[in-house]
Amino acid sequence: MNKCGYYSQFGGAFLPEILVATFDELATAFDAVKDDPGFWQEYQTLMATYSCRPTPLTLAENLTRHFGGGRIYIKREDLNHTGAHKANNVMGQGLLVKRMGKTRVIAETGAGQHGVATATMAARFGYDCTIYMGEVDVERQRPNVFWMEQLGAEVVPVRDGTRILKDAINEAFRDWVSNMDNTHYVLGTACGPHPFPEMVSHFQSIIGQEAREQILAREDRLPARVYACVGGGSNAMGIFSGFMADDGVELVGVEAGGRGLDSGAHASRLCSDDAAIGVAQGYKTYFLQDTEGQMQETHSIAAGLDYVGVSPILSHLKEAGRVRFEAATDEDVVAAMRLTIRKEGLIPALESAHAFVQAFKEAPAVAPDQALIINQSGRGDKDIFTVADAFEDPGWRDFIKRKAEQYKA
Amino acid sequence: MLEHYLRQRRQEKDILLMTHIVLGYPSWEASLAIVDTMVAAGVDLMELQIPFSEPIADGPVILRANQEALQRGVTVARCLEFGREVARRHPIPFIYMTYYNILYRYGVDQFVDGMAESGLQGAIVPDLPPEEGDGYMAAMEKNAMHPIFIYSPTTSEARMRYLAGYARGFVYCVARKGVTGMDTRFSDDLENYLARCRAATDLPLALGFGVKEKADVDFLRGKVDIAVIGTQTIRLVETQGVAAVEAFIQGLR
Repeated sequence: MNKCGYYSQFGGAFLPEILVATFDELATAFDAVKDDPGFWQEYQTLMATYSCRPTPLTLAENLTRHFGGGRIYIKREDLNHTGAHKANNVMGQGLLVKRMGKTRVIAETGAGQHGVATATMAARFGYDCTIYMGEVDVERQRPNVFWMEQLGAEVVPVRDGTRILKDAINEAFRDWVSNMDNTHYVLGTACGPHPFPEMVSHFQSIIGQEAREQILAREDRLPARVYACVGGGSNAMGIFSGFMADDGVELVGVEAGGRGLDSGAHASRLCSDDAAIGVAQGYKTYFLQDTEGQMQETHSIAAGLDYVGVSPILSHLKEAGRVRFEAATDEDVVAAMRLTIRKEGLIPALESAHAFVQAFKEAPAVAPDQALIINQSGRGDKDIFTVADAFEDPGWRDFIKRKAEQYKA
Repeated sequence: MLEHYLRQRRQEKDILLMTHIVLGYPSWEASLAIVDTMVAAGVDLMELQIPFSEPIADGPVILRANQEALQRGVTVARCLEFGREVARRHPIPFIYMTYYNILYRYGVDQFVDGMAESGLQGAIVPDLPPEEGDGYMAAMEKNAMHPIFIYSPTTSEARMRYLAGYARGFVYCVARKGVTGMDTRFSDDLENYLARCRAATDLPLALGFGVKEKADVDFLRGKVDIAVIGTQTIRLVETQGVAAVEAFIQGLR
């Protein structure tokens, strides 16, 4: 292995020796395809025929009128097959697995979206599939567990640690160190050891490529700002990459503010003082950790943002001043989601709704001839249990009670 | 010097034993009693693991020991203090085992200086390959501490030689794929792998992962210098208490 995969001081590959050869193999396989136009074409065709690409860029006229500022566009990653941008990464890695000749895939999942996407890809390509999911997430995302199992994946609830996404990643690595001969680990976000941050960003860059073309076709000019929620950072890297070289376009990443940045109950690595630079899960970035270097509990209403680390590429872009980071609280997220549903008939995932919060705060101050793009990374109907609770919907509650009674009988 | 000590000890014994504990687990009192007992039972060197919340190379037994120690409030400073205490009490070498973030947050230089002042001999940092470890290796060199590097069955011969260039004291050979605490097949494959390890370095070799009984140690005699017993003694303390450790260690060779 060579020392590589650095973005200023962030990234790297802090690997146990047993995995060095596996990562060398992966980096070589990725290097062989990343600049191969034939591979990209195969990928684009697959995404066009299997996953609704290119996804539309929707002008949100009612929201634009409501805020009375810049024109709000929404990039519709929710229309991907399986309902989120996760499909972009997973299908790309699926093609790579085929080239590497492996027959089994494993993945971690938080919200369950990446798990469902991976299980879908495995079914389509004929791979065996095991998904690691924190026990807490298994509880709050049961519908996704159901679908993963129907798709033929084995879902393993992780009962160690804080029982959420980071613990699922640790377990996936533990599986991989035993089974790397036939197994590829489909990491779901732009984190982890090199080449994962680069590889995941590469497959997600399809979002930004499309969005840039689409906004130019519609507005004949670049947007003033682009908003994306940031968990691990893959959807943000995806859409930002299309505008990275356009200095006039402000890029805004929105983290999970949870119950507030001073509450201790959030997952904000890049705009809270609770995070510090460290090395865990094989890479160097900002982590929510204590002064001893132990990782801390995180909280978000959105399971997919509930992660201790963040893409090393985003840590670099923050320090370089290229991306601005903000945080949205659970409460504001629910309000923004409700408004978007009512005004536009769109149901953003709770994760994506973080980006909407910040865009709504800023839209009134943006000139009406300017455009904003929000990345709607996923659709929110998967969040029905969480959202119904947050909306305190009495009809839903009665329905669940009746349903439970029926099962009891 | 660690290498010299190991060679000398090997003049007297045909295989050495290295044992492992997770610091502060199940308690500080127990940790001290386990070390005292192991040394009295003839252990030749010991690995002291500083707990970390994300011990990625460890299996379920050591993972839970790490978590429980952290829940009990184990701190890095207390671990360093403990290292000083046992190094003062006992004539055998002690090395730390922990993950890189522990050193990184503490300050790599301060950590290594602290190790040296405490009378420790070296460290195993499984998620820090030499490619990422410039600062660590310089600090270790300055303090005459031994960075212990790891060979695995997937390590190429070229890489084994590369790692040997940075390794001091001994090389830790991982017996198989996977994490700590799973079964290992002590087989011809393992013997061939150890022959590859032997050819790549002149340093003493340790073999760990899955060593849990006398038959395993017997298999390793003549093939490596040190047998490493990790998870098995943690299981033993959990099921039979500290008192069972002495007879277990004495029964290994």
